[in-house]
Amino acid sequence: MSWIRIAWRNLLAKPLSTGLSTALLAFGVGLVSLLMLTERQLDETFRRNIRDIDLVLGAKGSPLQLILANVYHIDAPTGNIRLADARQVMEHPYIESAIPLAYGDNFQRFRIVGTEPSYPAHYGMELAEGRLWSAPFEATIGARVAKESGLRVGDTFFSAHGLVDETDVHGDLAFKVVGVFEEGQCVVDQLLLCNLESIWAVHGDSPTASTGAGSAASAGIPESTPAETLDTVRKPLPRIGPGGVVMGSVGGPGATAPNRDGNREITAVLLKKRNPLAVLTLPNLLKETNMQVALPAIEVNRLTQNFGIGMGTLRGIAWLIIALSFASIFISVYDSLLVRRYELALLRTLGASRGGIYGSLLWEGGLLSGAGAVFGLVLSRLGLWVMAQFVEQTFHYDLAGMGVMWGEVYLACGAIFVGLLAAAIPGISAIRLDISRTLSDG
Amino acid sequence: MIETTDLRFRYGTLGPAWSFPDVHCAAGERLLLLGASGSGKTTLLHLMSGLLKPLSGQIRLANTDWSTLSGAEADRFRGRHVGIVFQRPHFVQSLTVAENVALPLFLAGLRPDAARVTSLLEALGIGDKGSSRPRDLSVGEQQRAGIARALVHRPTVVFADEPTSALDDRSTEAVVSLLEHHSAQAGASLLIVTHDNRLRDRYPRTVTLAPLTPVTP
Repeated sequence: MSWIRIAWRNLLAKPLSTGLSTALLAFGVGLVSLLMLTERQLDETFRRNIRDIDLVLGAKGSPLQLILANVYHIDAPTGNIRLADARQVMEHPYIESAIPLAYGDNFQRFRIVGTEPSYPAHYGMELAEGRLWSAPFEATIGARVAKESGLRVGDTFFSAHGLVDETDVHGDLAFKVVGVFEEGQCVVDQLLLCNLESIWAVHGDSPTASTGAGSAASAGIPESTPAETLDTVRKPLPRIGPGGVVMGSVGGPGATAPNRDGNREITAVLLKKRNPLAVLTLPNLLKETNMQVALPAIEVNRLTQNFGIGMGTLRGIAWLIIALSFASIFISVYDSLLVRRYELALLRTLGASRGGIYGSLLWEGGLLSGAGAVFGLVLSRLGLWVMAQFVEQTFHYDLAGMGVMWGEVYLACGAIFVGLLAAAIPGISAIRLDISRTLSDG
Repeated sequence: MIETTDLRFRYGTLGPAWSFPDVHCAAGERLLLLGASGSGKTTLLHLMSGLLKPLSGQIRLANTDWSTLSGAEADRFRGRHVGIVFQRPHFVQSLTVAENVALPLFLAGLRPDAARVTSLLEALGIGDKGSSRPRDLSVGEQQRAGIARALVHRPTVVFADEPTSALDDRSTEAVVSLLEHHSAQAGASLLIVTHDNRLRDRYPRTVTLAPLTPVTP
């Protein structure tokens, strides 16, 4: 026999009340912990993929969508832009480096992205086997793609039109896998990379042709900008020098943008700035075009802030549930003390000290809240796992980081403290119990 | 051994004070404390078991004066030396009968002794009820379990507070015999507090409590 055992038996003797208190606490703790885990995962995933991308150039539309589509590859792109126009930003003196991206097809719902070797290099990707693509229709694929699709070096595959299904397969042009990346814990893991020419070729443009007379249809990437807006694209761009002075009009067919790009289109360009003024000047420069630049850092902050409102509400609800569980434990202990007054007096006559009795009540609160905290942490992991399954299926992102965070340790300690406090307060009346009177009333 | 001298008591600090006759019961002896309702029987019992503090006078149990013990010491001392059989036996309902009977061993800091618990329950005729819940026992069985609990730790003194008031003649006879027999075996003094005249003939030594009358402090 021990005080813990007596406390345990007392808890088991009132299963409904014990169950309710434990469940409330478990849900409260679980919800807070799930929010913590989700925030950590989102934060890590988002920050990791921004790396040094200062700006993203793409078609006008929602800047957040532009970022989600081109940095994280989880949303549809805002549209396409002409490579010739994009070059003027890419070669702008304020810009240090630029990585073009073109896509619109998928293989088993993994995106096939045409780009340059600087893209995997930017994320510090290493090759697990094979090599980088060098010719059209050669692809180097991410680790997750390789693992889930089973593609290996030397295999061939056909791309499917669009980004989300495989109904419209481009059956005539096969890609060949020439390399597989090591897992890099970033967005490249879930992409199949090739050169830009491959993408253009799939959509009806010959890899070698580079005429300047292509119509919008000839550069038929699915999200192609409608023809009427292409006219705005062709408007001359004012060229702004390093001091922000308008140097004169450039652009338009046959100007500084060479004909080599013709009407070829790309989806976006990831930019790294050389001069901080780029953030201020580029949006102005692009005002009259169908292009925009968006700042990943700002858009992601805006996104997490929007999430934050929802998270804040959920967190409020979670704390409310924890407060309710406090009330529930409090009432449960208080109630059982009323019922067990005679038992407590009896224990005292059998030699129990005040401290022993108080200790056993604290054990009741502690055991109950300890169980609630543990169930809560298990519950949040189950929740995260379910969410991760969904996210993985939909976005190919792996969110399943199940490690216990320090915040959760504090949370569990806090929950146990709540349980102890909820038992400690009514327990004082047990200490003050008048044994003789209680026995006489019994 | 239990001994009281010049015992006076009052509830609160302002109420009237009551005076009690001296009680003396040596080790292994039996004593009947008779008195009508309201004669302060239970108060005297609580005084002797250290649950109440007297206004004046002395209570010595096992050669120790209760007044020399601090709160926690008194709890331990009571756990070790006193066994109480209540009028209506109460139990910790979440524990089994055997666990309830074993409680005084734990609370007095003695070694657990499952064999003693079992043999006591068997001797009292409820050997098969050890794993039952207290509330599943009949009143008579509960009374026996209460006796087992009062004796399990071999106390110096056993107090029985109206142990037979709820019982018929036959059960009264059985319960009192068990109490006497097992107290004697444990070498304990036995004090039965009762208004039950059926017991009067069995006891050569009785102390009768007069209806309480206030005395000036």
